[in-house]
Amino acid sequence: MMLQLDIMTILPELILFFGAMGLLMVGVFGSSDLSRPISWGSVFLLLVAAIVVLFQPAEARFAFNGALLMNDFTALMKALTFLAVAASLVLAHDFMHQEKIERFEYPVLVLLASCGMSIMISANDLIAVYMGLELQSLALYVVASINRDSVRSTEAGLKYFVLGALSSGMLLYGVSLIYGFSGTVNFQELASLGFTGNDIGLIFGMVFLMAGLAFKISAVPFHMWTPDVYEGAPTPVTAFLAVAPKLAAMALFMRAVITIFPQAQDAWQQIIIFMSLASMVLGSLAAIGQQSIKRLMAYSSIGHIGFALVGFAAIAGENSAEGVSGVIIYIIIYSVMTIGTFACILSMRRSQGMVEQIDDLSGLSQTRPFMAFCLAVFMFSMAGIPPLAGFFGKFYVFRAAINAELYTLAVLGVLTSVIGAYYYLRIVKIMYLDAPDDEVNLPMPRNLGLLAGASAFLMILFFIYPKPLVSVVDNAGDAFLEIDVQPGYVHYQDTAK
Amino acid sequence: MLDWPILSTITYLPLLGALFILLIPGEDETVGRNARAVALWTTLATLILSIVMLFEFDGSRTDLQFLEQASWLGGGIDYVMGVDGISVLFIILTTSLMPLCILASWESIKTRVREYMVAFLVLETLMIGVFCAQDLLLFYLFFEAGLIPMFLIIGIWGGARRVYASFKFFLYTLLGSVLMLLALIYMYWQVGTTNMTALANFEFSSAEQTWLWLAFFASFAVKMPMWPVHTWLPDAHVEAPTAGSVILAGVLLKMGGYGFLRFSLPMFPLATDMFTEFVFALSVIAIIYTSLVALAQEDMKKLIAYSSVAHMGFVTMGIFAATHQGVQGAIFQMLSHGWISGALFLCVGVIYDRMHTREIAAYGGLANRMPIYAAVFMLFTMANVGLPGTSGFVGEFLTIIGTFQVSTWTALLAATGVILSACYALTLYRKISFGELENEALQSITDMNGREIAVIAAPVAATIIFGVWPAPILDLISASVEALLTNYHDALTGVGN
Repeated sequence: MMLQLDIMTILPELILFFGAMGLLMVGVFGSSDLSRPISWGSVFLLLVAAIVVLFQPAEARFAFNGALLMNDFTALMKALTFLAVAASLVLAHDFMHQEKIERFEYPVLVLLASCGMSIMISANDLIAVYMGLELQSLALYVVASINRDSVRSTEAGLKYFVLGALSSGMLLYGVSLIYGFSGTVNFQELASLGFTGNDIGLIFGMVFLMAGLAFKISAVPFHMWTPDVYEGAPTPVTAFLAVAPKLAAMALFMRAVITIFPQAQDAWQQIIIFMSLASMVLGSLAAIGQQSIKRLMAYSSIGHIGFALVGFAAIAGENSAEGVSGVIIYIIIYSVMTIGTFACILSMRRSQGMVEQIDDLSGLSQTRPFMAFCLAVFMFSMAGIPPLAGFFGKFYVFRAAINAELYTLAVLGVLTSVIGAYYYLRIVKIMYLDAPDDEVNLPMPRNLGLLAGASAFLMILFFIYPKPLVSVVDNAGDAFLEIDVQPGYVHYQDTAK
Repeated sequence: MLDWPILSTITYLPLLGALFILLIPGEDETVGRNARAVALWTTLATLILSIVMLFEFDGSRTDLQFLEQASWLGGGIDYVMGVDGISVLFIILTTSLMPLCILASWESIKTRVREYMVAFLVLETLMIGVFCAQDLLLFYLFFEAGLIPMFLIIGIWGGARRVYASFKFFLYTLLGSVLMLLALIYMYWQVGTTNMTALANFEFSSAEQTWLWLAFFASFAVKMPMWPVHTWLPDAHVEAPTAGSVILAGVLLKMGGYGFLRFSLPMFPLATDMFTEFVFALSVIAIIYTSLVALAQEDMKKLIAYSSVAHMGFVTMGIFAATHQGVQGAIFQMLSHGWISGALFLCVGVIYDRMHTREIAAYGGLANRMPIYAAVFMLFTMANVGLPGTSGFVGEFLTIIGTFQVSTWTALLAATGVILSACYALTLYRKISFGELENEALQSITDMNGREIAVIAAPVAATIIFGVWPAPILDLISASVEALLTNYHDALTGVGN
């Protein structure tokens, strides 16, 4: 009975895992090039997994002796991750075909990575954290260099691997310190120790754990890999790296820090505040001089992570709910904007092939008005100009920050958002204010146009009826806090019944 | 009272027109022609509706009229629209200037007419929304969103340095307003709602008021603009197309003054009282310094832009005098400056369309060739100086009287500004209209055509009628101003001041 429950609980992961295996077999033993059907099959599997996640029972429960946790929060984050992965697979089709790097391994690896992300989100002990993280990361290292004949792509993969391995090492070191000083790896048991930041061994462990996770969300000062990997990896892979792993890693980051160390807030809050500020500042300043739109997106994503961390820093004491909702809303909106933006970037195609310089967008509003309009919407949204959704993302994180009395962080945050507005405006300027150059962009492929249009539509109309999203997120936030922040030990067997 | 939501209808009607324009099919030329027509009819319909609203408006009441309320974000943030005596005339100002702007752009805008008209109509929606919104977040939404269309209007259809001007406009204004956003969130947490009536009834502590006042001041002072944060205005004015300048001077600047009246005085009376001297000092510097700067200008639009800053100095002075005459005068001055400076920019536009230069030195002796133009331009020059009999006089006179009761020195220094304004305005007029026709190119210049006369007729009528008989406007706003000031002074005496 227990085992059956456990298996039902990890049904989405099983679907992805066995689906990936099945598709791998089809790819290997299939007669001809089946990469496109396999890719669509993966999209289908991801959608099924997302639906299964959403229709699982809502109450919180543990599986496999407390190694995994399911509740509204994990369900929401998993569904979002799956959808983001599916969207990035759809984005990849045309590109992979044109660049002649269509391989059936790509969707299979992406599925395995999604499975890892799903475990990361659900992880409720440190072993599961590491397992999920490595399953995800190994697949990501390979997909970053999926274009194996390109020096840039392989270099990106190698860089990602070396730095990623370093961060995994740090994380593992932190995990072993925590285990060594506490004697347990379970989140709730760790929480019940009531660690308040006075134990030097646990402090070390916590800092290493946070450093490892900060690498995964590319928060400053662990961001160095981001611009190079974003630029070097094939663009659809960049689109994939920019969204789904961030969602999963952010969820894991929040769960790991807040669940394990609910009473050591003074210790971790200052780290988060520093990372948040540094990411916002670096993200906005370093992006200004960029010429490649992919590098620009890398710095932009660092900045956005900084803003999301503003909400994280505000998860404190009795006002935690706003912080959790703020982070979730922010990364949801960030994901939609980023997918839309990459749909536009992937459409930057001219007769001689793909282009990725920002200047190649010049005069786009006159040659490709629809694409220019969508991209302009995303840029204004990322800059946080109302009434676009990006503004509400910022509104919710700063709402949490003010409530937690983090005034300095909030003021510096909004000021960096003004600096950041400059480079987003620069893209709008190049598209709308400059004259087109001789070469004209080819029309947007249908898939990309649909995705970009749908994302832009969501960004524009979010403000009219934001309530459904806000209430779903609030539910998830409550579920997150119910188990995690309340002190005292919630044993898995009590809730498993 | 009306039983249908007239304010929302007025607000969103232009948006509807914009959507309609987007759907017009066909070649560039037909689209352009139809877009102009649709834009004109939409703005006219909006004007008619707003006049209907004015007739239904009861000037003797001090509460909000045509109140609309709907749930929006939840948690105390709702969609609330309403007008009182202070805001109702700004709506009329907006809706009456818009058809003039469309007509003024009829021939001068030849490229991308569709986008131009869409930008203007969207801008109209946002401007009306600012004056209708009775929820602080909703206000902020409209207030900030206006940056996007204005950025595009300056940037796409502007003059040679349009990129610089549009960026400066956007970033300056954004920097001012983000602090207001934080103040907004803080107030939300204190009061539990962003309903403006509730916020005005809430008593913030003295220290809170100081910080909140400063945050709001940063936003409105930039928008107004007040010395020393006015430097974006001359650039924006010079580079914007004629209609853009009209809207900028006519409506957008007024949002700053409206903001002071709507937020600073009623919500932070203690801080307002504390900072009165400070604002007086800035206003006097603005009046004298920018008038002197205007004297030295060689570009017509720049001269008018600096004179706008000086005139806005009277407005801030009148508002912060917090006397009945002062505030009434400030509102009157804002309205009257709205059509006078709008008309002055239209006048510049008339000769710019013919000669394609705004340099004062390029003109001279226009009275010989353009008698109607010379007469019209003379009227507005005099109105700008504040000659009795024109509406410009009433506003300046009332603000000076109002301030005299509070601070004699301020009033005295401000009055010297009237003399300085005569210096620069008359110099401008002499250089352009009188003297010999020296420039060969001017020999063939033609007088204003029927369309241009039709455009300018309304401001001419308003300037003369309300200059001689200002009572209708003053009566309409009197009750609301009285209520505002009663609350303000009660709040001050309540603390034992």
